[in-house]
Amino acid sequence: MARRRVKFTFPTKLITEPIIYELGHRFKIVTNIRRADVREDMGWVVLELEGSEDEVANGLEWVTGTGVRVDPVSGDVIEG
Amino acid sequence: MSHVRCLRCRGCDREYPVEALNVCDFCFGPLEVEYDYASISRAVSRESIEAGPLTMWRYHDFLPVEADRALDMGTGFTPLIHAKNLGRRLGLENLYIKNDSVNPTFSFKDRVVSVAAAKALEFEFDTLACASTGNLMGSVAAHGAKAGVPAMVFFPSNLEKGKVLGAGIYGAKLIAVDGTYDQVNRLCSELADNHRWAFVNVNMRPYYAEGSKTLGYEVAEQLGWQAPDHCVVPGASGELFTKIHKGITEMSDVGLIGSVDTHMHIAQAEGCAPIVQAFERGETQVLPVRPDTIAKSLAIGNPAAGPFALRTIRESDGSGVIAMEGEVVEGIRLLAETEGIFTETAGGVVISALKRLVERGMIEPEDVTVAYVTGNGLKTLEVVEPIVDTVQIAPTYSSFEEAMAANG
Repeated sequence: MARRRVKFTFPTKLITEPIIYELGHRFKIVTNIRRADVREDMGWVVLELEGSEDEVANGLEWVTGTGVRVDPVSGDVIEG
Repeated sequence: MSHVRCLRCRGCDREYPVEALNVCDFCFGPLEVEYDYASISRAVSRESIEAGPLTMWRYHDFLPVEADRALDMGTGFTPLIHAKNLGRRLGLENLYIKNDSVNPTFSFKDRVVSVAAAKALEFEFDTLACASTGNLMGSVAAHGAKAGVPAMVFFPSNLEKGKVLGAGIYGAKLIAVDGTYDQVNRLCSELADNHRWAFVNVNMRPYYAEGSKTLGYEVAEQLGWQAPDHCVVPGASGELFTKIHKGITEMSDVGLIGSVDTHMHIAQAEGCAPIVQAFERGETQVLPVRPDTIAKSLAIGNPAAGPFALRTIRESDGSGVIAMEGEVVEGIRLLAETEGIFTETAGGVVISALKRLVERGMIEPEDVTVAYVTGNGLKTLEVVEPIVDTVQIAPTYSSFEEAMAANG
């Protein structure tokens, strides 16, 4: 089993879409939201995903494909 | 003795023990070191600091490492130069350059890695690691060599050769990752979660970040134990910016300097300015961007300390300034031609931003202003190539004279 802590950033056009609900239905992934800030023009959600390595990887690829940005919760770990 | 009390979540205030942790288990917010300031103020005085080594470790009482465990490569206590020529050009009487490009691996990263590496040894990690596009990996590799601990550095495979060699010479394991910036970032985040390595800016991050505070202490001491009126600082993760302010404030809190009214200005390049853009929009959160800037050492699109940098700007009545991509090299040239200091692109961003702050009337001529130059120009030689000309001549006196006449 894999556990990933990630941050989803939603562009304006996707704010009202049930992306996290669909992620849990399309893939065998348990989603656990810890922090969020959703406004009219942007929104972000920090959450933990739990599932098999493949399911989590495929799920994140699907989320990225919708136009939602996926980042590690610790921010960029690559530095100059 | 170390005056650390605990780690504390910057998001929800939960307390954690002093261990190799960086994220709160409850809200996934970042953790920060908390000190017993009453204990620090009993332990330090101006005299005790002045009697310490001429390195950043003279401030060990403010750092999360026992003094006898410091990994001291001679980092810090870098020159604070009264930049009279540049100041005259910009109309500033009291402009100072904090030249941090003269550290052992030629950037301020030695300060943060010094603390992270010392703490990693204390936690008995057997490998130092990082993901980097230049400065950080050189510093991690050098500290690994000094400590006698293997270093493993990850970088995008299209990185300039000079930067790769600059880390490899110290004996680090070099891992070139074929992938986009985002892919490298994600991979390294996963690696940090799954290996018991001291990833300096991931699981060591709370300790690593504290090293930047020394840039605040030094400036206050070098100005004759007083806080400057303005600091202009390059912005990448935003951590350097917040920690310089924290350092200056801590000095006041323990009574080493008077009250602090320092305006903090963060400088980012046009192609990667998520913190400045959030500031301009009046936001408290940062919207991540995909970096596309000449200032590679500032190319952090999803800055870990973005919200805290925004808070520091507002609390200090400071600002955020964007340097246009075309102005970065001009900034490098201006500093080199007026003060004889050759900085990398991040320094060019700072000097261009400083110019803009003066043009906007945000800095008065007599204000004590410190511009932070955090990396050496030799690291980004390729960007100045187009603006440097040579005069080619035959090995004769007449050829020289003709060339001089033609070139003025």
